[in-house]
Amino acid sequence: MKQESGYRLKVEGLSYAYGHADAVRDVSLKVKAGQFVGLIGPNGSGKSTVLKNIYRALQPKAGSIRLDGEDLFRMSYRKSARRMAVVGQENQVPFDFRVEEIVAMGRSPYKRFFDRDTAQDTALVHKALADMGLAEMAKRSYRELSGGEKQRVLIARALAQQSDLLVLDEPTNHLDIRCQLRIFDFIRSLDATVLAAIHDLNLAALYCDYLFVLKKGRVVLEGTPEEVLTPHNIQEVYGVNSTVEVHPATGRLNIVFLPAGHEKRKEKLP
Amino acid sequence: MEKHTERKRAGFGLLLAGLLVLAALTVLLAAGLGPVSVSPRNTARILLSRLPGIGEKIPVSWQALEENIIWGLRLPRVLLGMVVGASLSVCGVAMQALVRNDLADPFILGVSDGAAAFATLGILFGTFSFLGPYSLALSAFLGAAFTILLVYALARVNGRIHIAQMLLSGVAVSMIMGGITSIIKISAPNALGVHSAAFWMAGSLAGAKWAYLGLPLLVLLVCMAVLMLSSRSLNLLLMGEDTAGALGVNVRRMQKLLVLIASLMAGVTISVSGTISFVGLMTPHFTRLLVGGDHRRVLPVSALLGGILVVWVDVAARMLFAPEELPVGVLTAVIGGPVFIWMLKRKGGRK
Repeated sequence: MKQESGYRLKVEGLSYAYGHADAVRDVSLKVKAGQFVGLIGPNGSGKSTVLKNIYRALQPKAGSIRLDGEDLFRMSYRKSARRMAVVGQENQVPFDFRVEEIVAMGRSPYKRFFDRDTAQDTALVHKALADMGLAEMAKRSYRELSGGEKQRVLIARALAQQSDLLVLDEPTNHLDIRCQLRIFDFIRSLDATVLAAIHDLNLAALYCDYLFVLKKGRVVLEGTPEEVLTPHNIQEVYGVNSTVEVHPATGRLNIVFLPAGHEKRKEKLP
Repeated sequence: MEKHTERKRAGFGLLLAGLLVLAALTVLLAAGLGPVSVSPRNTARILLSRLPGIGEKIPVSWQALEENIIWGLRLPRVLLGMVVGASLSVCGVAMQALVRNDLADPFILGVSDGAAAFATLGILFGTFSFLGPYSLALSAFLGAAFTILLVYALARVNGRIHIAQMLLSGVAVSMIMGGITSIIKISAPNALGVHSAAFWMAGSLAGAKWAYLGLPLLVLLVCMAVLMLSSRSLNLLLMGEDTAGALGVNVRRMQKLLVLIASLMAGVTISVSGTISFVGLMTPHFTRLLVGGDHRRVLPVSALLGGILVVWVDVAARMLFAPEELPVGVLTAVIGGPVFIWMLKRKGGRK
């Protein structure tokens, strides 16, 4: 695979508008091979919109996106799907499919017309299911699963897709803390290139190598978690007071958010 | 694990074989039933006697009248019922994949009224006569395509199909089209045309001729082949447009293809049999209960089930109030309406 200057993904000057209102303006970001890149920002800052443009659910108004140095919009959908797997926020399936059938859909970018699922496909599907702790649920109906289980199925599908660039739109949104850590640990262990929108700043600090911060549709900051996640920046972007320190156990940043009037409340404590 | 998938496939093969046998039996039995009933044995013999090669060896054990009825009237009707039922079901499957909702159906979305409006225009004023012998089928197709595109466009809210919006747009468009049809009929230049248009729109297989079979059968086979070849993409479309795109489907192209196929099937079917409603809704639904959501299984099974269903409802339509005959579309509406309401309730209950 040709990798121009080591960047898997290069977004330049991306703009997108829903109707007349600009949702994203002049966004540029780069993802290096093997990097775990986080996209953070308040609600409505355009994280999902940027990702949707990258995974081709939306067509940008302006800007260019290059995947492995190639123009993404000139690629066939099959080709981009073999290089880039996506876990979006869409997880409702109004029809009856089994868990294993949904995960097997991850193999479809490699299939043409009447190609059947091969033994290799089946093996990949089962491995992905096992990796997500879903082995026992393979035959169950997807519709009957809980929100967290559904999300794990969709991540398993992305794993079965076997592309080493993962685009994740708040992948652990519906999950409890144990599942969240388990999934991020697992993704981290893959040595894949990852671009993920992450809501929880502590999770972003734990797992990301590099962060892009969006506010009102623009990239306002970028850098390593240490550079970006300072009390000053968090106040600027989110309007929230916080303390940030390196946690002795993880060696990563730990952010504690301070609610308004926390000092007064502290005084009242016995 | 390998064994398990094998067994599942064998099970599906068995189901498909069973349905094929059932379809053949249906043709045999249904062709014999009616005001003049012919025994299945004689029906089978009459059919065999028409086959080249073995035809001469069949001893004639039937009356000429029976042969005329079976070969000239009932068989084309039963076979047309099969083709129409299969087409409507497959059309329903395609539309449900397009709008990602199992409540979609060519008739609920007003497609039939669109096709009817255009077709009436053709029958009464010869508007589309420049299209030649297939002008009726083609005008119905144009009407169907126009309506599908209109409803599809109206049902999209922020780029997504909105279910309430879709059903309501379907109702509105179907009323507009119905109104236009009435205006056309009132201002029609000839009474004969009005009569034939009204009869045709009620949804009937009566008056089926061998000549009516060719085009719908061809359209069914071609559309079915295209859909089977795209079954993976159809499955992916059910996951949502974003997901389908991210898994390698060219969503816009696929949606255009589905609009084309659904309009073609609905238009051609309506042009030969009028409005036979709810088949495209009921059959895919029961098929999915039977074999799950995978289109590789849903498409062939729903085609066979749809064909069998329409043929038997048509038998009921000509037997229930004999010698009076009901249009088959009236019966499917009476049966299908409650089924639709049941589905709607069930769906509501799940959320």
